[in-house]
Amino acid sequence: MSVIALKPYDFPAKDVRANFPAPLLYIGWEDHLLFCAPVALPLPAETPFGALAQAVLPGVYGYHSDFAKIDWDAVQWFKSGQPWTPDPAKSLQDNGLKHKDVIRFRTPGLTGIAGTCS
Amino acid sequence: MDAPVTKKKLGLKERYIAMTRDLAWDTTYQPMDKVFPFDKYEGIKIHDWDKWEDPFRLTMDAYWKYQGEKEKKLYAVIEAFAQNNGQLSISDARYVNALKLFIQGVVPLEYYAHRGFAHVGRHFTGPGARVASQMQAVDELRHFQTETHALSHYNKYFNGMHKSNHWFDRVWYLSVPKSFFEDALSSGPFEFLTAVSFSFEYVLTNLLFVPFMSGAAHNGDMSTVTFGFSAQSDESRHMTLGIECIKFMLEQDPANVPIVQKWIDKWFWRGYRVLTLVAMMQDYMLPKRVMSWKEAWEMYAEQNGGALFRDLARYGIRVPKGWQQACEGKDHISHQAWNTFYNYCAAAPFHTWIPKEEEMQWLSEKYPDTFDKYYRPRLEHLREQQEQGNRFYNKTLPMLCTTCQIPMVFTEPGDPTKICYRESEYQGDKYHFCSDGCKEVFDDEPEKYIQSWLPVHQIYQGNCFPEGTDPTAEGFDPLAAVLAYYQMNVGRDNFDFEGSEDQKNFAAWRGEELPGAAEGAK
Repeated sequence: MSVIALKPYDFPAKDVRANFPAPLLYIGWEDHLLFCAPVALPLPAETPFGALAQAVLPGVYGYHSDFAKIDWDAVQWFKSGQPWTPDPAKSLQDNGLKHKDVIRFRTPGLTGIAGTCS
Repeated sequence: MDAPVTKKKLGLKERYIAMTRDLAWDTTYQPMDKVFPFDKYEGIKIHDWDKWEDPFRLTMDAYWKYQGEKEKKLYAVIEAFAQNNGQLSISDARYVNALKLFIQGVVPLEYYAHRGFAHVGRHFTGPGARVASQMQAVDELRHFQTETHALSHYNKYFNGMHKSNHWFDRVWYLSVPKSFFEDALSSGPFEFLTAVSFSFEYVLTNLLFVPFMSGAAHNGDMSTVTFGFSAQSDESRHMTLGIECIKFMLEQDPANVPIVQKWIDKWFWRGYRVLTLVAMMQDYMLPKRVMSWKEAWEMYAEQNGGALFRDLARYGIRVPKGWQQACEGKDHISHQAWNTFYNYCAAAPFHTWIPKEEEMQWLSEKYPDTFDKYYRPRLEHLREQQEQGNRFYNKTLPMLCTTCQIPMVFTEPGDPTKICYRESEYQGDKYHFCSDGCKEVFDDEPEKYIQSWLPVHQIYQGNCFPEGTDPTAEGFDPLAAVLAYYQMNVGRDNFDFEGSEDQKNFAAWRGEELPGAAEGAK
């Protein structure tokens, strides 16, 4: 469907890639709702995927006591909700990540405060 | 002396007709469609505008007289409240945060409603609908003013109120009510009435007004209570306009039914999402509680709303699409919203806190199926951390829903441990949503929502720093720059209630001792 209007209705999208200094990536940590929502981060396309675990996510999720316990080799990744196996040595772009993609990670065995997924 | 002239006095009915519908005429110099360009393009077919019923039959002269009387009384109470230092009689300084939420997020909506009704009050062809809308436009403008005046007294004593108009157009969470209303204002006149008069005023308004006004009464805030009483007779007129408009459209032509149904589906969901803020206020921000969000939802939505949609079934209207999910949400959304503001209250101009033990007990009783299982352990953990001086502030900006603009905090239907993610693709770009309801609204009119001013994205695009800021300068602090752009007083308007200036001042004024730092959150 589309907008019903009196005149031609055509306005630019506000959040196209060109409007940001770097592509946006959305990241969510499953079973850890202490962090109320997934986060949005502008990350250069050439960032190695492995840098997420090493350099980006500690600043985002480090407050949680589960974070230090994560075994990054056992982490399960999802892209748009589907199981997905990224290559940590390759860049975000070479892993197929585009502007406004959403990825999530599950950390088996870690289910938040008192196991309540918080 | 001249003989006395006996003026013929009009009966009530003639007077009403003379003062309302008789003031309308069909234009002859210009075609009617050119003078009234907006009331056909939405596809709503109207065959006879005279069938529009106005049960109130209020004329403008009576309106002025009546409202003038009411406002004299209201301002007398507001004045007395100020003279008697009424701010000292409220239950607890935490209560004022409910008022901050109100002046930041609700009062500006009255002004938007004024604009919307003034617009449709000009553009309907039928004079009955025009007069009703024009009166409501004046009501809304009055409410904007009287609410501002009723609350201005608190602004002298408490933080978080001094820039509410400026914040409404900028602060991240306020884009939720703002975008809701801008969506309605940029719709056609019939959709506007379905959105604001019917879905919001008729179906959901009790869930907004009753919690705030009875919350005020329970917490000793007579100024706000009096505003509530003063607005009540206006509100019942607004609700009547809502139901009248819906019935009128449905009765005029069967082809209107699917259009109206689509709007009801959309605007019920949009309104429900905005009310998340009220749910949170009701369960967490009132030191003396009235009823839980869940109880209010059951009474005003499930019972009253259920009866309404049974009544509308004869026109072929069913309950709004998101109804089931909204009913399931009654156990969760207030807790999820409070956690959101606890996460991000460094960037919001009101305080949050961990509920006291007896308040958690109340939440356990009111939410027997969910509070202890999902939400209490998190709050207890946060309390423990806070007592150790490790208060949690989320420093990474959240992902937002493109439609309702709320951070993606809502969980999957049937599983409160999983965030609900939905997405659509449009013109090669991805768009994300918190729910099926918000995704459907987008999919129906993507051209509209690709223009969403999403605060998080605007910050990352560099549009939310004070003029002249250089984000590439060494040591650039983006959060500080955003708060400067908001014109928030950092350390006064934001952060936890514990240790706030509001808390200290209120205790000093009442000659009470501050709770010990370690005892703080208990």
